Amino acid sequence: METNNTSSGTKQYIVVKLGGEQFGIDINYIDNIVRMQRITRVPKAQEYFKGVINLRGEVLPVMSLRVKFGLDDDEITNLTRIIIIKLEPQAAVGILVDMVKEVITISDDEIEPVAQNSTDEKAMYLSGIGKYGNELISLLNIAGVVIDKDMDR
Amino acid sequence: MDVSQYLEIFIEETKEHLQALNEHILILEKEADNIDTINEIFRAAHSLKGMAGTMGFMRMQRLTHDMENVFSEIRNGNMIVTDNLIDVLFKGIDALESYLSNIQETASEGTEDNDEIIEELNEILKSGTGKDSDDKKLMQEEEPHKEKDESGIKEKYKELVYASHEIHAIEAARQSGMSAYAITVYINEKCMLKSARAFLIFKAAEEHGEIIKSNPDSQDIENEEFDDNFSIVLLTKSKMEDVKKSIGNVSEVTEVYIGDVEIDEQHSDKKPEPAKEAVEAVSDLSTKNKQEEKNQPKKQAAAKPVVNRSVRVDIEKLDILMNLVSELIIAKNGLVSIGAHGSEGRKNDSFNEQIEYLESITTNLHESVMKVRMVPIESVVNRFPRMIRDLAKKLNKKMELYMSGEDTELDRTVIDEIGDPLMHLLRNAADHGIESGEVRVKKGKPEQGTILLDAYQDGNNVVIEVKDDGAGIDVEKVKNKALSKGVITPEQAETMAENEIVDLLFRPSFSTAEVVSDISGRGVGLDVVKSKIEALGGDIEARSVLGEGSNFIIRLPLTLAIIQALMVEIGKEKYAIPLGSIQTIEDVDYNDIKYVQSKEVINLRGSVIPLVRLEEVLDVEPLEEKNDSLTVVIVSKGDKQAGMVVDNLIGQQEIVIKPLGKYINNSKMIGGATILGDGEVALILDVNAMV
Repeated sequence: METNNTSSGTKQYIVVKLGGEQFGIDINYIDNIVRMQRITRVPKAQEYFKGVINLRGEVLPVMSLRVKFGLDDDEITNLTRIIIIKLEPQAAVGILVDMVKEVITISDDEIEPVAQNSTDEKAMYLSGIGKYGNELISLLNIAGVVIDKDMDR
Repeated sequence: MDVSQYLEIFIEETKEHLQALNEHILILEKEADNIDTINEIFRAAHSLKGMAGTMGFMRMQRLTHDMENVFSEIRNGNMIVTDNLIDVLFKGIDALESYLSNIQETASEGTEDNDEIIEELNEILKSGTGKDSDDKKLMQEEEPHKEKDESGIKEKYKELVYASHEIHAIEAARQSGMSAYAITVYINEKCMLKSARAFLIFKAAEEHGEIIKSNPDSQDIENEEFDDNFSIVLLTKSKMEDVKKSIGNVSEVTEVYIGDVEIDEQHSDKKPEPAKEAVEAVSDLSTKNKQEEKNQPKKQAAAKPVVNRSVRVDIEKLDILMNLVSELIIAKNGLVSIGAHGSEGRKNDSFNEQIEYLESITTNLHESVMKVRMVPIESVVNRFPRMIRDLAKKLNKKMELYMSGEDTELDRTVIDEIGDPLMHLLRNAADHGIESGEVRVKKGKPEQGTILLDAYQDGNNVVIEVKDDGAGIDVEKVKNKALSKGVITPEQAETMAENEIVDLLFRPSFSTAEVVSDISGRGVGLDVVKSKIEALGGDIEARSVLGEGSNFIIRLPLTLAIIQALMVEIGKEKYAIPLGSIQTIEDVDYNDIKYVQSKEVINLRGSVIPLVRLEEVLDVEPLEEKNDSLTVVIVSKGDKQAGMVVDNLIGQQEIVIKPLGKYINNSKMIGGATILGDGEVALILDVNAMV
């Protein structure tokens, strides 16, 4: 895989686990990965927002991918991490994941597109499926996950 | 040499003078023979002209000059103030303002000559006094030329001594068809910024060619180390007259002498063409025999940076800040020394002492810094009287704006943003609120409409009210419109209170102009006003009595960043309630809760106060054990009150307000978050949204 550079190149992803599934997050969007910490609940926020945390003096919202993807609610363990995503300056957001596995490099031709007309709601949060060895990794469309269409209502 | 260092001062002062002009001309309109006002206007116009001239803004200077002529005739009693005159003067001021904003953005005044206004001014001057006044007068005044003193050698360039490389350069230039002129320029002795002036002269000369030498050298000129004259040598292809003319056009230049450079015999009798343009006795002949090298003034970067925004700070406030910072250092040193010496027991005591000391310093420091950021609201509202006057003319209605509390101070960021919403409300009041004179008379109101702009401090808030005695808001019409637009259902319409209906005006769906003129003519962009004010952390409320007028009340937080708050516990969660909105804290017995319209209320010293169960509103998991009585925090917003039921009081604390971050839905009830001493995040309740 490392030798493959026929097309537009490769991207690095951080592989996280959520339930039984593995997800890849483009490393370019990741600002930081922090351990689980106390989350302050925010009343009347979207259901998948767990609340806000204090990251070095800044207040950041934290969302649960499990709730957003319709899985069981998070079970906080020693391995639970908050991945800090920065899509634009001054607007970071945390994402709760069960565990962070590794950093991988996937070339663009190892990525299969997802069927966009799929009825599965999760499909719109994915940018593709990456093949890494024998494993399949769902690559997250981070902007789609973080920016909620419903929010502007 | 560079005038840009004076630009900021120039802009600040010009703004002040323009404001003074605006205000006083408004007074003049009403009291045509108020001598003090006329003098004040004259003074402001005169300073404006001088400053504009010094900075080299010729168009601005020309316009002010002509305005000043008019003022001077008024002052001398040769002219009467007419409506037309005032209109033209205001036009002139508007033009000056647009010059100023050009200058602010690009450091240049732009190219608009505003000849029309100048024409009108001269027209007025002619018809008002029978005298002709035009730009010739300007020229004369600026450069009062008549020779009266011919003693001494004025053509100082003849005394220039050339170094060999300069001679070389001149010869080379001549061979390539250029001419070398030696020029001596005299500047008005009273000129304030000689170096700035000299810079403009250099610039004018450089438009024609290259300056290879100056005496005194450019460094000295920049430091204003010269008398009223200096000489330069210019290599150019332009004609001598052209060069002379363009230098002569720089204001406050009294004399320009120009001649060909004579290298071999500098004092030969080859006739130069001295351009004796003006006079002003030359005092002494400064020594001119400094040997110098080829010197060229530094080129200025073409695009000057836009002037920074600035706040004028009272020096006293800065002194206080300085003092506090030194105290802070002392407190820090105190802590350091406690760490180093002393037994455990004593350590603890003095440690606590120092912490308290530190606390009082940081509080004071915060206050002082906030004060530095505070600007009187005056700087925003003082342009409104003029606006209302113009609107009154345009709409052909009689109205007057009365303002009070202009000295109320607000944070700079708020001040910058509040202008537009206020203008919007005032426009609405003038346009739609105040009726035409006839209608008013018919209704038995005074023909002249009144608009009130009132600002005052109320706890931790600043309140700005925009009131008018016009037609008011027709609630029925608003309701019908809302029904027809589908904003509310008929059932809702039945039960809605009057003020709830008025609040509909702030809905975005009411914002298009046609809708508005259909209903009561109210609500142009009120949703924009509201969102702007909410972005500043404030809120707006409308009250109206049909036929008697309406009142828009804006409430803004005094400070944006740091506030005093009461920390409370609701369930197991901690929340902060801004202290500014808290009135009292009461212990209420369960039996004292009454029901009005099936809502919980308490009767507190005669006033009925609705209760807000925060744990329900905020979906907090309730505690299993309940207290024997309710702890109720009474908060107020204007004259409305509400009791917030909390489980526990933690105490008062100074908190830093942080935004919740993007993407998360921010309920109106949450005003932000703050980070507590232990790193935990607590949310700040915006009780204004709950009252």
